[in-house]
Amino acid sequence: MIHVVTAIYFFAVLLFIFGLKLLSSPTTARKGNLIAGIGMLLAILATFFQIFLQHNQDPLFSIKLQIMVLMIVLGSIIGWVSAKKVPLTDMPQMVALFNGMGGGAAGVIGYLDLLSGHGEFALKAIAALALIIGTISFSGSIGAFLKLQGWIGDRPITFPGQQILNALLFLAALVLGILTLYNTSYLNLFTALPLILGFLITLPIGGADMPVVISLFNAMTGLAVAFDGFAIKNYTLIVSGTIVGASGTLLTLLMAKAMNRSITNILFGAVGKIVGGEAKDRIMKEMSVEDAAATLAYASKVIIVPGFGLAAAQAQHKIKELMDELESRGVEVKFAIHPVAGRMPGHMNVLLAEADIPYEKLHDIEEINEEFSTADVALIVGANDVVNPAAENDPKSPIYGMPILKAYNAKNVFVIKRGRGKGFAGIDNELFYLDKTFMLFGDARDVLSKLVQAIKRF
Amino acid sequence: MHELWIALYIFMLSAFTGFEVISRVPVILHTPLMSGTNFIHGIVLVGSMIVMMNAQTPFEIFVGALGVWLGALNVVGGFAVTDRMLEMFKGGKK
Repeated sequence: MIHVVTAIYFFAVLLFIFGLKLLSSPTTARKGNLIAGIGMLLAILATFFQIFLQHNQDPLFSIKLQIMVLMIVLGSIIGWVSAKKVPLTDMPQMVALFNGMGGGAAGVIGYLDLLSGHGEFALKAIAALALIIGTISFSGSIGAFLKLQGWIGDRPITFPGQQILNALLFLAALVLGILTLYNTSYLNLFTALPLILGFLITLPIGGADMPVVISLFNAMTGLAVAFDGFAIKNYTLIVSGTIVGASGTLLTLLMAKAMNRSITNILFGAVGKIVGGEAKDRIMKEMSVEDAAATLAYASKVIIVPGFGLAAAQAQHKIKELMDELESRGVEVKFAIHPVAGRMPGHMNVLLAEADIPYEKLHDIEEINEEFSTADVALIVGANDVVNPAAENDPKSPIYGMPILKAYNAKNVFVIKRGRGKGFAGIDNELFYLDKTFMLFGDARDVLSKLVQAIKRF
Repeated sequence: MHELWIALYIFMLSAFTGFEVISRVPVILHTPLMSGTNFIHGIVLVGSMIVMMNAQTPFEIFVGALGVWLGALNVVGGFAVTDRMLEMFKGGKK
C-alpha cells in the first residue's frame, strides 16, 4: 500500500515541475499555479494516507491527528482570508510573510529531528543546516514584512559594528550547531541565534532592495525544505525544496542584475540611509493641470513612466482613461517599465494588466530608452529612483550604476508626485530640477482624473 | 549511506531542473514566479505532518503542531497570493 503513497508523491512532484514551467510564461502562468496546486493537494492527501498506514497503532494517534487537522484548518483559513483581503499594493509583504511561515516550518522539522537525538550523524548535520537556514528565513522574512508594512520604518537601520556582530552570531550558531549534534541540551540556544540573526540581517536593508532580499529568503526556505527532506528521508521534499532553492537563487540574481547591484552590496551596503548635508536651495517648478493637459493633448508622442506612487494611489484605471483619451486624439502613448519600478520587479506590469492596458504598450528599459528623445512628454507617475540621472553621472550616489529610464531625454518631463520628499532610496533627484521638468503635486489618482477632465475640454 | 548518495544525486538533478525551468522568464513574471515558488516550498507542510506524527512527548507534539500550522499558512497563503497576482493578467492576455 505504501507504494501507492510513493506513486502519488512522484506524480505530485511531476506536477510541481510542470506547473513551474507554465508559471514562467505570461499566457500559461495562472494555469501553472493551478497545476502546482493540484500537485500539492495530492501530496497532502498522500501524506494523510501514509499517516493512517504507519501510525494507526500509536496510542496518541487520534489526538495527534485531531490537533493536526485543526492546525491545518486554522492555518488555511488565516492564510486564505489574509491573502484575499489585503490590498494589491501589499502583495510583496504577503509573499515575505508566507515565505517566513514556510521557513519557520522548515526550522521546526530540523528542530524536532535534532531533538529526537537518533539517526545518522551526516543526516543530523543536514538537519542542523535546515534549522539554521529555515530559521534565518523565518525571522528575516518577518523583518522584511514589518519593514514593507512600515511598522518598523522602511529606512535602513545601522549601528557601529553591525556586520561584525552578525558575523560573530553566525559563527556562534555554527559552533552551537556542531555541539548540538553531540549533546541536544544546546538545542534551544542553537535555535535562538539564527532567529536573532535573521532579523538583524534585515535591519540595514533599505526598502528598495527588499524584493531582492525576499527572493533570497524564498530561495533559502526552499533549500531548508530540501535539507529537511534529507533528514527525514523524503524525496518529495528534496526535489521540491531544491527546485525552489535553485530557481529562487536564479531569480534573486536576475532581480539584482536588473538593479545592477550585487547580492553582497545589497546585504551589506545599507543603501537608502539618509545622508546628511549637501541640501541645495533648488526649486521644483510646479505647473497647473490645465497647462499639462494642453501639452499632452497636442503632443504626438507621450511616454508614461509608472512607479510605486501609481500603485499606492491605485491609479491604474485612471492611467488607462488617460491613455484612451490621448489615443482618441491621435497621440501615441507608450509605457516605460523599469524592471524594479514599484516595490517588486513586475509590480507595474501586474498593476497595468489589471487596468486592461495591453501588453504591447508596455516596453522594457532597452526597448524604450532610445525613444525618449522622440517623445514630446515623459509623464512620470509616482516614480523616482528609476529615473534619477545620478545613477549615471554621480559616482558617489548609492544607486550609481543602476540602469535608469532616460526620461531626461524627452522634450518635456512632467512629474506627478505626492510631495516634495525623496524617493524610496532616500536620495535627491536631479531630474526634478531640470529646466524642462514640471511638477504636478498630489495624489496620483486625483491628479490623473483632473488631467483627463482637462484634456476632454480641448 | 547508499541512500544518502541517491538523495545527493536527486538534489543535484533537481538543482539543474530548477535553474533550467525558469531560465527564460520575462521580467513581468518575476514577482508572480517568486510567489509561485513560495507556494511550492509549502510542501514543507507534508514534512511537518510527518514529524508531528512521529512526536512522542507533549512538547514535541506542540512544536510539531506549530510547524503544521506554519506550513498550512505557507501553502494556502502562497497559493492564494499567486493566484491573485496572476488573475490580473487575464485582461491583458493577447
